[in-house]
Amino acid sequence: MNNLNYTFTKKNKNITIALMVIGLITIMAGFFTDHAPEGALTVEYKHTRLWANLLVNGWFFMGIGLLATFFMALQYAAEAAWSAAVKRVYEAVSSFLPVGSIIIFLILLAGQLHLHNLYEWMDPDVIDKSSTKYDAVIADKYAYFTPWFFWLRTLAYLVIWNLFQRGFIKRSLEEDIQGGTAIHYKNITKGALFLVLFAVTSSTSSWDWMMSLDVHWFSSIYGWYAFAGMWISAMITIILFVIYLKHKGYLPQVNDSHIHDLGKWVFAVSFLWSYLWFCQFMLIWYTNIPNEAIYFQERLNDFGYMILMWTMFFINFLFPMILLMSRDSKRNYFFLVFVGCIIFVGHWLDVFIMVMPGTVKGLWHLGWMEIGTALGFLGLLLFTVNRALAKAPLMVQKHPFLDEAIHHHY
Amino acid sequence: MNTSAIHAIYDDEEPLLAAAKDLQSKGIKILDIFSPFPIHGIDEIIGIPRTRLAITAFIYGAVGFCLSALMMWYMMIYNWPTDIGGKPSFAFYMNVPSFIPIIFESTVLCAAIGLVITFFIRCWLLPGAAPKNPDPRTTDDKFLMIIETNEENKNNIETLLIKGGAAEISFK
Repeated sequence: MNNLNYTFTKKNKNITIALMVIGLITIMAGFFTDHAPEGALTVEYKHTRLWANLLVNGWFFMGIGLLATFFMALQYAAEAAWSAAVKRVYEAVSSFLPVGSIIIFLILLAGQLHLHNLYEWMDPDVIDKSSTKYDAVIADKYAYFTPWFFWLRTLAYLVIWNLFQRGFIKRSLEEDIQGGTAIHYKNITKGALFLVLFAVTSSTSSWDWMMSLDVHWFSSIYGWYAFAGMWISAMITIILFVIYLKHKGYLPQVNDSHIHDLGKWVFAVSFLWSYLWFCQFMLIWYTNIPNEAIYFQERLNDFGYMILMWTMFFINFLFPMILLMSRDSKRNYFFLVFVGCIIFVGHWLDVFIMVMPGTVKGLWHLGWMEIGTALGFLGLLLFTVNRALAKAPLMVQKHPFLDEAIHHHY
Repeated sequence: MNTSAIHAIYDDEEPLLAAAKDLQSKGIKILDIFSPFPIHGIDEIIGIPRTRLAITAFIYGAVGFCLSALMMWYMMIYNWPTDIGGKPSFAFYMNVPSFIPIIFESTVLCAAIGLVITFFIRCWLLPGAAPKNPDPRTTDDKFLMIIETNEENKNNIETLLIKGGAAEISFK
């Protein structure tokens, strides 16, 4: 049992802090340089590019922490034994959830205070019949978007997710000292409960925060599609951290079979995402109803968006499918890291394509501001996860399935 | 040289695994092992090469993919050009989203059925084929290892097996 305690080395600390500083500088520079482009929007332009950018990253990175929490609950509810060997890694990844929650909360709050107008329906004028901004479609949906109801839901999601995440981490550390099976059974109940709550909140939160950017449009599969996108990002993050730790000589008990299982998750969830993405696209394309097709018209009629969307889809679908299909490549660190890094960027682009056409519309860029902000968030994620990894022993100590997990082999 | 087979019966998989490793390290060939449940990692120990079924599955899938794509092209584009979803493009690459479900399903179907048929033929599990299991008790609670040997080594191996915890040994 060597190398049980991870040290957050000075080098790693410097790199992550440097990334965060880059992000911070980019955001501040963005704040001062992001003005309304010439001959543009009818509505007042309030740093839309910058805020849309923050939302892309806020959502994408919060999703990683959130879905790591979901994965944790899933492993408890399924009583999976193998994953006990990498339990501390996905617990550490889930520790980004509180940070991500605060960021997404602040972005939404800024919208409510009219510091930005990413969400058309946050403007009270749209339901005012005497106003020129009056919008009958939004007025019809306003019962759902009434501020008190929206904030009640938003707070409920964030509080529920964070409470469960904290509880899981707390009990996991208690189990290290206490042993026995009492905590294990409690985790199963809590895990199952979280899955039930998450089934609802994952869909509704993506409607509230993401689908409502295109408020005139709706799609019933959107929640699942957004969920699958977050899930695959979380799985990639987990597997990359496991491989990094193995590379540094930690986690000696994690063997090829564990890596293979994580690789299967990446493969399977990639397929789930591709399947759901295509379901949404194909049904809308086939039926060709104007108020549904508008979503893809916005994305396909703009040449840049179209290129980005198809590239993103084929990368996220074909790379894992072709490169991770065989057993050997799922056990090969090089393939996993290669595919993981590429589809990590691919799924970031997916969120980009979800947000940008509904917010900055045709005036989008993929330039220094977008990349700098993403690097800043990446630094924040790496910093948080590294710190969380250093806080607890890298291997669970008294998990009831620990022995089975160590001998995982097939 | 006259070769014969030794059938060694075990009550548990642990001594069987240990004996198999021991024999393999001494260069004695193990022909086969029959067990009531799959023993993980046994194929590596007794030197059975990795199965190539996965490769055949991929080939069947690729064939299914191509055939169904061809079929959809023939039916919906070439033989009877169809206006799909109010988009009269009559081109395969424009209409391909509506063909994907069919192509996907037939890829899976061809891969699955081809795989099962290949498996049955390769293992010769055909209707009316004679059972290959030498001892019906291995379907219940016994483990059987078959070792190929020549006359001189026979007794050596027998003592080795008895020391290793074999419950029962017979020569065939």
